Amino acid sequence: MKRLLFWGIIIAILCVIPWFLGDYTLYVVSLTYVYTIVAIGLNLTLGYANQVSLCHASFFGIGAYTMALLLAQGWSFWLILPFSGIFAGLFGAVIGFPALKWKDHYLALITIAVNIITFFIMMQESWLTGGPTGVSGITRPSIGPLSFTPDISYYYLLLVFYILAILASIWIVNSKWGRAFRAIGLNELASRGHGISSFNYKLLAFAVGAFFAGVGGGLFAPLLRYIAPDAFTFFISLEFLIMIVIGGMGRIEGPIIGAIIVVMGPEVLRMAEAAYLIVYSLILIFVMLFMRQGLVIVLDRLREAVPAWVERRK
Amino acid sequence: MASFIQLLIGGVSMGILYGVVAIGFVLLWQTSQTINFGQGELVMVPMFMMVGLHLVLKIPFWPSFILTLVACGIMGYLFERLMIRKLLPGGVLVIVIATLGLSGFLRYGMQIAWTPQTLFFPHLFSTKPIELGDIIFSPEDIWNIVIISIIIIVLHLCIKRTKLGMAMQAVAQSRETAELMGINVRHIIILVFVLNSVLAGTAAVFAAPIFFVRYDIGIFLGVKAFVAAIIGGFNQIRGALVGGLTVGLAETFAAAYITTAYRDAFVMILLLIVLLIKPEGIVGIKEEAY
Repeated sequence: MKRLLFWGIIIAILCVIPWFLGDYTLYVVSLTYVYTIVAIGLNLTLGYANQVSLCHASFFGIGAYTMALLLAQGWSFWLILPFSGIFAGLFGAVIGFPALKWKDHYLALITIAVNIITFFIMMQESWLTGGPTGVSGITRPSIGPLSFTPDISYYYLLLVFYILAILASIWIVNSKWGRAFRAIGLNELASRGHGISSFNYKLLAFAVGAFFAGVGGGLFAPLLRYIAPDAFTFFISLEFLIMIVIGGMGRIEGPIIGAIIVVMGPEVLRMAEAAYLIVYSLILIFVMLFMRQGLVIVLDRLREAVPAWVERRK
Repeated sequence: MASFIQLLIGGVSMGILYGVVAIGFVLLWQTSQTINFGQGELVMVPMFMMVGLHLVLKIPFWPSFILTLVACGIMGYLFERLMIRKLLPGGVLVIVIATLGLSGFLRYGMQIAWTPQTLFFPHLFSTKPIELGDIIFSPEDIWNIVIISIIIIVLHLCIKRTKLGMAMQAVAQSRETAELMGINVRHIIILVFVLNSVLAGTAAVFAAPIFFVRYDIGIFLGVKAFVAAIIGGFNQIRGALVGGLTVGLAETFAAAYITTAYRDAFVMILLLIVLLIKPEGIVGIKEEAY
């Protein structure tokens, strides 16, 4: 009951804040929601199933281009969004094949290679992707008379998907799939011994992770109304990785915290791009050296400390 | 035919550079299971050092070269001491993430501390084309090939013939056994890290005039070296060299005969093909599945 009330208040706050935010801040918060959805996908692939993916920006891009190109063909947003996810998911399953054989650094390099190749395709195949200038004039959806074209309405749409994505990830993690992912992540050989088909679940981990990224991409394109290959480079994949590492791999809260820090941090600190990239790189090293669970443990500590503190005050 | 030979020379001179960087990479992996995603930055940093010492402070070439190599050695030592030693027990993935962080730190650090622009480094050798019948080539390419080949041969002899080199091989084969034989594994690993940085520093001096000096050149070189190591064979020094040459030749010929648009992507496609057909690499020896 108390927890429901807590989350109710949080959601109420998130519903109210757009009225107090400037245009740009509203955009940054909306972008955070989109990136969180992608990071949740990466967290399932890497955080839970322990399969490195450094090409999540490719999955993200496939979702975004699917949305942009099919919208231009006159399809409905609501019809395309599942396709954004499914295309990316299918592509993810294909990329998952190498994961059956290689892990860690090999997989890291293979996925970097995939990201570089997809980036080249986006840049070069102008007939499909519009080349370096990308696709512009992307429209936002509507339901009947309710239009999501104003920034503030689109914010609410993203908020809905943000909450849905978090709930979906909680559901997946606690389902049979999630348990299998964690088992493979912890010890592949042992999990195979317990009758978990590591073959199927590794592919699934990639497919599900990519599906989230694809849906994120599908929501990203109408948010910006314009997409170009720059938004889907290997460095963006790296940013997704930084998000979940900083936040906490293999924890539901991980990508949520990570996305807030990585997307909003630079805006709050008003730093040049290179400066915050230095800071994030250092945090990455620091987290690996001293705090491998990520910032989520700070939250855990608070969760223990606050009730104890309240108790003492009494 | 003439253009084929010209491309061949150009490709080998590129490839052998990738090969040197890849050798350090393979040595790190063999002796300490370190995958260094910051390998390219270990080349980028000495490039800037050379520019700083030689062009800005006007120190003559040789002293600045030696100073750069010394600085590289110290960098390699600190890299092992401050980072890798603490991370090794965490497994490969932890090292992958941390070295990605290191590469970002060095890359953007250099961008902020120095310049986001491309700097030029003078050619070490004459670039005045030599004509041999129909074939036109640059002496720079030939010198690069000759000098780097000598460095690789000397390195190879040191590893095969000297006591220290044999200790290195022993650590690569089995850490525990080497320790039992009275080899100080710690020292050998530090030595390999220093050697790797010095090799990268040497490669930097040859690469600087060709690729130009830019803060993000490390990604380009690092990924190529990593791809070279995997294509050639991760468990062999020879593999790194073969891989480097394959990458250099493949991209040169692909750009000339197929399409320039996909020049850098072509190497990645080659990587995927090699991994599908012969995952242990061209000259690699099969181990248990990675």
